[in-house]
Amino acid sequence: MAIIGFLIRRILTGIVVVWLVATGAFFLFFARPVSTVARQLAGHAATPQVINEVIRNLGLNQPIMVQYWHFIDGLLHGNLGFSYFTQEPVDTMLKQDLPPTVSLVIGGIVLWLIAGLTVGIISATRPRSLFDRFSNVAVLIGLSMPVFVIGELLILVVFVPLNQHGFTWIATGYSGPSQGLGTWMGHMILPWITLAAVQAAVYTRLTRGQLLDTLGEDYIRTARAKGLSERRVIFKHGVRAALTPVVSQLGVDVGQLLGGVVVVEAVFGLGGLGQVSVQAIDTDNLPVIIGFVIVAAAFVVVANIIVDLVYALLDPRVRIA
Amino acid sequence: MSVTGLEFAGQETAAGEAALDADAAKIQGRSQWQLTWRRLRQDKVAMAALAVIAIMILLAIFAPAFVTITHHPPNIAYPNTGEDAAGNPVAPGTNGFWLGTDGTGRDLFIRILYGARISLFVGFVTTAIGAVAGVAVGLMAGYFGGVVDTVLARFTDAVLAFPYVVLALALAVVLGPSLTVIMGVIAFFSWAAIARIVRGQTLSIKEKEYIEAARSLGAGPFRIMFLDILPNLLAPVLVLATLYIPTAVVFEATLSYLGLGIQPPTASWGNIMADAQNFYQTSWWYVVFPAMALLITTLAFNLFGDGIRDAMDPRTERVFAAGRARRRGRRGKRQVLADDSQSGPSHVAPYIPPAGGS
Repeated sequence: MAIIGFLIRRILTGIVVVWLVATGAFFLFFARPVSTVARQLAGHAATPQVINEVIRNLGLNQPIMVQYWHFIDGLLHGNLGFSYFTQEPVDTMLKQDLPPTVSLVIGGIVLWLIAGLTVGIISATRPRSLFDRFSNVAVLIGLSMPVFVIGELLILVVFVPLNQHGFTWIATGYSGPSQGLGTWMGHMILPWITLAAVQAAVYTRLTRGQLLDTLGEDYIRTARAKGLSERRVIFKHGVRAALTPVVSQLGVDVGQLLGGVVVVEAVFGLGGLGQVSVQAIDTDNLPVIIGFVIVAAAFVVVANIIVDLVYALLDPRVRIA
Repeated sequence: MSVTGLEFAGQETAAGEAALDADAAKIQGRSQWQLTWRRLRQDKVAMAALAVIAIMILLAIFAPAFVTITHHPPNIAYPNTGEDAAGNPVAPGTNGFWLGTDGTGRDLFIRILYGARISLFVGFVTTAIGAVAGVAVGLMAGYFGGVVDTVLARFTDAVLAFPYVVLALALAVVLGPSLTVIMGVIAFFSWAAIARIVRGQTLSIKEKEYIEAARSLGAGPFRIMFLDILPNLLAPVLVLATLYIPTAVVFEATLSYLGLGIQPPTASWGNIMADAQNFYQTSWWYVVFPAMALLITTLAFNLFGDGIRDAMDPRTERVFAAGRARRRGRRGKRQVLADDSQSGPSHVAPYIPPAGGS
């Protein structure tokens, strides 16, 4: 039952956080003259009458509190407003752009956790071995590599040569899983590696450090003295305890992950929420950007609730209350 | 981190070294900084990284001198000598362009040098702002505790979890992308990690007896915070700041790459690489050289930061000593492992999170 109370409380605070972010974004964006947008929409040669017409059509002439009320009212109905240019509802636009982003995030997280944890555990159980030294160097290079540099270099040394030699499975742009799983993976493999690389380096280092510390604890010596197999000692006693700080770090990194998503989408031309929002900046398309900010906030909140639940499952000392 | 504890541990190992080398008869008193520098100088990787950083800084400072040598100002295009017949960039070494040209026939080498000026300037300035702000917030939260702590610590956590690209996106729309805006964004995210560490250290230091003594002598909270607590925090703050510089450099490059940062024609490593996207098939140097400049810089700062951290951590010597012991075969692997984690009081070296790329 405690878990239901916890969930209700976390969801309520989560809603407050999203509301605060949405309000902040709304007032931030409306703290500037509305005529710039209207003038851009109406074109260079527009008369003041046309500009006023545009302002009225967009509802920008109403008092700001009335606009805010419409904004919140729409938000509660899942309506994020309309694109200034295509008049398309923003929620429809975001829904269309969601599949590449979701594909990227899920594949990226899976790859980064598998790589980070595996290499970290192997390094920690064989400290100062050849593997450990090699992985330490790889981690340092990974940490120093900006996401877009990894992406660009992968395109230069993998994508371009392979395509020049007629091997076209690896491709840029986005192709949904409905077009065939193989094609989808061919399009996603480089983005996944790019998104995972930097984070995998962070998690390798964290896992290695935590596991090294844990393996020095007295209870590990006890477990070994009891005659447990090394595998059991490391995985059942060591890794489980070492993982808790790793999981809590995951909650912090979700926000950084979104930054990575925006960059990777831009590098590989995947479309997706991030790329569409960056493009919306050039055209001052505020409703789209506000929509993205709100979706991003909701994503961070939900991810953090999940992380806290996993944390409690891993560490019996943590009580959900 | 107590100075006395550090010095004691340092002298102990210094004594061990002296006995081993048998070249120093008496033990001198050395300050923490002298000990750190001594250890750092022996770290070949860290010193090489320092040399690379110094070269980068010199190249950035003397970028105009290279313009004088090559006669290629950063924003001037050379359609005749800088582009081939098809209008593509020319290769490194052609027509006096040392690293080739970019998409509009400008000198790539000169533009990378001017990009270094932006990168290093943003890196150092935002880190300095972040370090000052982080120390102030961390000290206040840790020292005053209570409501002040709750509010500041929650705020710190919120900033740490906030997607920086999203904020940069929002501000770029409202204020228009510019150097000032991206420096504001980067500085805004730079203080939180430092504040968190400083807060934790302050919490433990403020319970020490010498703080009690200062208070009973009538010292005010700010005097205690800045004169009694702060000097003991400088070591971890210095390490964190060094490790934050590459992160700030990467931030700037990433934002400029996305078109949210430095605007063309001003050169930045990020916007050079964004332009290079159209020339993958023909001009590898256009992608590779700015990427290498960025990678070498961030790698050097990361290695140097790790070096300072190791040099300041009194446990490091013991880890090395444990390694030596293992090689001599006196102990088994498991015991060495245990020693790695148990030697040295755990409060001496705070956990310093690795500098994450973006």
